Amino acid sequence: MAPRVTLFVPCFVDQLVPQVALDMVAVLRRIGCEIDYPEEQTCCGQPAFNGGFWDEARPVAERFVRIFRHAETVVCPSGSCTAMVRCFYPELLKNSVMRADAFALGHRVFEFSEFLVDVARVTDVGAEFPHKVTYHDACHLLRELHVGRQPRELLKRVRGLELIDMPYAEECCGFGGVFSVKFAGISAAMGDVKANNIEASGAEYVTACDSSCLMHIEGRLKRRGAKAKAIHLASILASGEGARAGSDASSAMGAGR
Amino acid sequence: MSGAAQQFRRDAAAKAVDLEHRAVIRKNMDTYEAAVALGKKRFADWEAARQRCHEVKWEAINHLDRYLVAFERKVKERGGHVFWAATPEQARNYVAELAASRKVKTIVKSKSMVTEEVQLNPELEKRGIRVWETDLGEYIVQLRNEPPYHIVTPAMHLDREQILALFREKIPEDVTGESHEELVSAARRALRRAFFSAEMGISGANFLVADAGMVAISTNEGNARLCTSVPPIHVVFAGIEKVIPRMQDLATLWPVLATAGTGQPITTYSTLIGGPRQADERDGPTEFHVILLDNGRSKLLFDVEQRDVLYCIRCGACLNACPVYRNIGGHAYGTTYQGPIGAVLTPHLRGLDEWNHLSYASSLCGNCTQVCPVKIDLAHHLLHNRRNAVHASKRPLPERLGMRFWRWAMMSGTRFRLLGTLGRMTLLTLYGAGAQHTALDPLKPWTREREAPPVAPISFHDIWRKNGGR
Repeated sequence: MAPRVTLFVPCFVDQLVPQVALDMVAVLRRIGCEIDYPEEQTCCGQPAFNGGFWDEARPVAERFVRIFRHAETVVCPSGSCTAMVRCFYPELLKNSVMRADAFALGHRVFEFSEFLVDVARVTDVGAEFPHKVTYHDACHLLRELHVGRQPRELLKRVRGLELIDMPYAEECCGFGGVFSVKFAGISAAMGDVKANNIEASGAEYVTACDSSCLMHIEGRLKRRGAKAKAIHLASILASGEGARAGSDASSAMGAGR
Repeated sequence: MSGAAQQFRRDAAAKAVDLEHRAVIRKNMDTYEAAVALGKKRFADWEAARQRCHEVKWEAINHLDRYLVAFERKVKERGGHVFWAATPEQARNYVAELAASRKVKTIVKSKSMVTEEVQLNPELEKRGIRVWETDLGEYIVQLRNEPPYHIVTPAMHLDREQILALFREKIPEDVTGESHEELVSAARRALRRAFFSAEMGISGANFLVADAGMVAISTNEGNARLCTSVPPIHVVFAGIEKVIPRMQDLATLWPVLATAGTGQPITTYSTLIGGPRQADERDGPTEFHVILLDNGRSKLLFDVEQRDVLYCIRCGACLNACPVYRNIGGHAYGTTYQGPIGAVLTPHLRGLDEWNHLSYASSLCGNCTQVCPVKIDLAHHLLHNRRNAVHASKRPLPERLGMRFWRWAMMSGTRFRLLGTLGRMTLLTLYGAGAQHTALDPLKPWTREREAPPVAPISFHDIWRKNGGR
């Protein structure tokens, strides 16, 4: 039986980079998932939470839990938003009536690459992307969710893709949410360090699991007139001939479950 | 916005575009990182060592009353004095009055961040006392009339040429050459004269060992041993959080401090001092004073959420790991303690009102938490400070109103989608009319430093709807 997954599409992905969510859906379908999409979802509350406005974040987080609490498995194309639900909801909602639901939900929310490798047990999704690619470790994904191996495993199995390590892959790109506009100068300096490392790797594309970081990195790369482009992992995994044909991925999915 | 916040904004923005400065810091950090990576390998289990240090500090901080008093008793038994200073002023006055009554004209100091915290040197100089910093880095920044740039490596921002120029100006008679070795020798000559003319030596403390009643000091230059043994009076400055229960705890804490600080297995000089010269001893100071400084620490002890900030052993690892510190350097903070620990601690020492901006000047990358050798959850404490600032109404009104509007928008799927569509349509229209890269760009705060992403004409939600749930 195909597993049912519920889409958690972060607010900025929904509004600014819908293609990332479409690509994620395409990959999930290809490995045989059935997909639910709660249309009433908005935001997980992270912007207010990170800004210190916990009283504003709390009702938005509670609303999120109400919408997703009956979902079996939730998948999200962002490490940061996943970390918000899994790692920060327990603290934010510790005195809320939704506490128990929030805590339980945290164990069922997965970042996209984490879901593929650790839950669905798929590393080859039949993608083809004949380019030199380097991977950037987004901070929340790496240091809150401890996910770094999974996206690399997925990338290694993409046909034609040459995965190149960049120096200091784990160093923050400087996005940091509101930080990127409140302290734009510092954010840009950090972005330059990242851009230098991307260029030093010689990769054509930098990929990551968080569109927010990628928007900042790409914006900075473009401003500098760099050739390298930014692309979300989901978009790499959704591309290529094999992607359309289907591949053997769905059987691997079945075996994994 | 507080004065300190405005100053920080200006200084940080200026440093962020100073490429030369960034290159010097990065080079130093690369050297540091390589040394620490090697250093950690000397431990059978670095994570277990971190956990052990965390537990020792937990025990100490949660029983401060017991261990501080035990430490005091031992020191007094050997004829030392212990002064409990609640405020920086009390600490300064104690030393100043002691110096005045003993007719002290010259003081040599080894490295102590607490003396920076209480602004000791200006007070002593005001009273006509010559104060020599004898840690090489501290000596250099003192000659430049600057505060330390980093809590462990105070002159990290300077290269050999700058130091050569400084020495030629300030101590020309001691400069005999241009190499690193000759520059160190020049400082050594100047400092030797100070060591042997000083009537008082002041040191910091890395740890106060409760069961032995001893002060533990780690240095690499041997200057602390001269400061604490040659002059007839030795004064120790320490924050109350420096106490540890037992001598044997040093077996883990000393190597962990050295490894996290510089990558060394242990610092070159590890010194334990228990009091003034005893009847059967031939040398050492005849007077020994320990100043235990509170300055907000016991208030922090009451904060259950952030009490672990007092575990800090001032190794500097979080500064080195911080991408913000790496780009703006130590001076931009305008604080005694820089980097993540400074951003977390300073609001507790100097007030949340003036200093909450430092907790916002972070991308929350979490690298500080990951490297901290005593496992302080620094990144999450930045979030706690932010929340506390909002609760105390220390944030600007437009921000507070903005977040209230955000909440109203996010509490309804319809409102969220409507506002999203409205925003995108506005952007598409304006960008279509060529507003991008002009003053009319509504994304100016973003596009000042980077290009805007292409505006999506339709949201994921609307695509999903259009495809009938596909």
